[in-house]
Amino acid sequence: MARDSQAALVALNRFGLGARGGASGDILNAASDPRGFVKQELARPNGVLLEVPGLQSTPALGKAVFDYQFEIQQARDAAAKSAAPAPAIEGQPPADAKAQRRNLSLNSIAMDMAPREPSREAPAKLPENPDAAMASAEAMRANAPKPPPAPLNVIQKTFRAEALARLQRAVIADCGFTERLVVFWSNHFCISANKGGPARMWAGSFEREAIRPHVLGRFGDMLKAVEQHPAMLFFLDNQQSLGPDSRAGRNRNRGLNENLAREILELHTLGVGGGYSQADVTSLANIITGWTYAGRLGQLGPPASFVFNANAHQPGAQRVMGKIYDASDVMQGEAVLADLAGHPATAKFIAGKFVQHFVADDPPPALVARLADVFTRTDGDLKALATALVDSDDAWKAPPSKMRSPYEFLVAAGRLLAQIPNNPGLYLTALNALGQPLWAPAGPNGFPDTNAAWAAPEGIKLRLDISAQIAARLADGVDPRDLLELVAADAASSETRRTIERAESRQQALALLLMSPEFQRR
Amino acid sequence: METTMDCESLRSSVVSRRSLLLGGASFAAWAYLPKFARAADGRDPRLVVVILRGALDGLATVAPIGDPDYAGLHGSIALSSNGPNAALPLDNFFSLHPAMPEFARMYREKNAAVIHAVATSYRDRSHFDGQDVLESGFAGPGRVQSGWLNRALEGLPKGERVMSALAVGPTTPLVLRGAAPTVGWAPVAVPQAAEDTAMRLVELYQHRDPALAAALKQGLALDKAAQGDDMKPKPGTNGVAAMRLVARGAAKLMAADDGPRIGALAFDGWDTHANEGGPVGRLAQLLGGLDGALAEFESGLGARWRDTVIVIATEFGRTARINGTQGTDHGTGTIALLAGGAVKGGRVIADWPGLKPANLYQGRDLAPTTDLRAVMKGVLKDQFGLAEKVLAENVFPDSSAVKPMQGLVG
Repeated sequence: MARDSQAALVALNRFGLGARGGASGDILNAASDPRGFVKQELARPNGVLLEVPGLQSTPALGKAVFDYQFEIQQARDAAAKSAAPAPAIEGQPPADAKAQRRNLSLNSIAMDMAPREPSREAPAKLPENPDAAMASAEAMRANAPKPPPAPLNVIQKTFRAEALARLQRAVIADCGFTERLVVFWSNHFCISANKGGPARMWAGSFEREAIRPHVLGRFGDMLKAVEQHPAMLFFLDNQQSLGPDSRAGRNRNRGLNENLAREILELHTLGVGGGYSQADVTSLANIITGWTYAGRLGQLGPPASFVFNANAHQPGAQRVMGKIYDASDVMQGEAVLADLAGHPATAKFIAGKFVQHFVADDPPPALVARLADVFTRTDGDLKALATALVDSDDAWKAPPSKMRSPYEFLVAAGRLLAQIPNNPGLYLTALNALGQPLWAPAGPNGFPDTNAAWAAPEGIKLRLDISAQIAARLADGVDPRDLLELVAADAASSETRRTIERAESRQQALALLLMSPEFQRR
Repeated sequence: METTMDCESLRSSVVSRRSLLLGGASFAAWAYLPKFARAADGRDPRLVVVILRGALDGLATVAPIGDPDYAGLHGSIALSSNGPNAALPLDNFFSLHPAMPEFARMYREKNAAVIHAVATSYRDRSHFDGQDVLESGFAGPGRVQSGWLNRALEGLPKGERVMSALAVGPTTPLVLRGAAPTVGWAPVAVPQAAEDTAMRLVELYQHRDPALAAALKQGLALDKAAQGDDMKPKPGTNGVAAMRLVARGAAKLMAADDGPRIGALAFDGWDTHANEGGPVGRLAQLLGGLDGALAEFESGLGARWRDTVIVIATEFGRTARINGTQGTDHGTGTIALLAGGAVKGGRVIADWPGLKPANLYQGRDLAPTTDLRAVMKGVLKDQFGLAEKVLAENVFPDSSAVKPMQGLVG
């Protein structure tokens, strides 16, 4: 069979997460049958699920985080009462901490050597702390001599375990197309771990429970799963929203929070130009009052499970986008979501975002129209949508104009260097530095998806610094000339080839390979 | 057993926390060196191997000013014995680059020596392969499982364990990699890519991706502005300050009673193809950093300096004649430098081949007349009492024809 290295690059990079190193044969397989290479994963819907021993359900995680926060609160209250300093809540130092310190004598000497001149510090770029959330605070003192790291609390531990599972899956995936789809949908329906303890605790389980099961299923099912997930309800404050005329609203003299309703219309379904009005937002907000999750005491149900709280629900029929919804319970909102999922504006909005993500910042209109049509005809079948994208010639002919996002870049590097992570710290730190902290975008619109965001000067310079550091750790034992064959084979430009061959060391060659247009663009 | 477990837990926690912050220069040491390898005379010897990656221009560092062909070949970047930045005379024939006053002082104090026209057994001009040969100690490239320094350790009598754990740096240079366990340390803040790497990438982008070229150039300029004064040392691996920093830390560690006795570190950036500079310029800056690193070792090792040997080596030399961009291309013969209180210094050791066209290797490079392995073997033999047979069979396999150089230490 004829081999097409250019098409292989499209298959591996535009659709997938990059060629794996070692003896994977990815570049050859992708060159022999580019479309087949991408579509193979679509035949295994169960392969999208992420079921890893030790990862828990949202209710189980919810119980742990509620208990943890309750303990902290109690300790604080007790401390306030006695006016004494609060006891340490994070737990006792591990038994071996003392032993470690004894052996740290040389290390402390080394630490004593740490640079102090401000000009030498770059802590803001590469904070050492394991969790993105606390990055900025940590960054301020990144170069101060460090005590042994404090034990992680249950939230940090959970976040890291979830991150690790996702990263491991991404690094080992065959093509990575379905993992790319997961990331796309997870970003479309993003929450932010920075919202608070429960959000950080549930960031991973949200994706596992609300996104993954539907990535090759139906958009409407994903929409419902997302909007009823405790993580989303917490992230966009819906658990606080009370129907003004509901029993709870009247009792507490509180009312509506439109946050979730607005984002459902603007970001999740119709899009900002999708023809909805403020009245529609308010109506939808009323409709989804009472959509919440049970708390620590479980009065409404098992802690951290979705519940419809009739006491908080605004009674009465509501009009959304010209249609009356008069059910009196959770069905009222579910009916709206179902209609929104099937709305033509949603099809157009989703198709445009989808093509912009995979193909070009300015998506070819014909391709967007075709995908919107598929979306509508199949009732939001996301597998059909993905298949239509891969089947289209436009998606293969477009030049590689998109920058890899930081996540795609780091995962691609991990795949190429055959580094299955056993610790997410490096990735989390680098993602943080590059402006794409895992599961923690700045707003509910998710991370940007354009070159303007990812090809910015500071970002490129930082990518270079991170590439150099990856190379410093991993260049030994690899030949960057061989890796270039795995990355691009004969689709590599002669300039890139020469640059790598002429590098002064393996490390420099690997850093340059990771920064080459062949590796950065897709 | 308990201590080993502590090492392991320390290792994982430290690696995870700091790995991203490590630069190209790392320091590593062996944990099981006998405490008194030379119990007979009470010495407690130290050895540091410094690898200069990128191929050092030996003719620009220790210039054969007495060779009538030198000035013509090295042209505009040649050193001279007079003028504002005069080279520092080592003897009647060789002069040292003016950016290395500390080494010159050590040389005068007979604690530093130069071996000139030296090369490994490698005769092609690939950096990767050249560094493999330099560090593996094998005669040819492609043998990268272990380094000669690690195998030298295995040849030593098993003695008392002198140190437990040290913060771990992930990059052990090949020269020290192998069966004998190593531990490492690196300063925490060397996060920037080397300027040379950035320039090469700008060049590639200019040909292949103008948008990225513009972005990267702007990003580099921003960084520079953020650091203020351009003349201040860059915080990258190759910055003069970073070289000093690595040396300072390594010296302090090795000075400790329970510290490592053997270390290896690597400095990048010696691939001076363009605008190499003469008495001032790019190479001068790097040499200044190296000189500063030696001074740090001297002061940091304190009383241990007396028993220390530092060996500085590079994968190959550079062309005798400068190229069209005021630099030099990949060559063959170069220098090795020795410094330390245990060095029998004050000498340039060279079987000088001359720089006449007919004397140049392949008509372009300083011809090597000394095998670098002879230098390393001489140091290992004198410093640690390693047997010639072990050196010829295990440390530098199949090298019995290369005799250890006599009298380097003592």
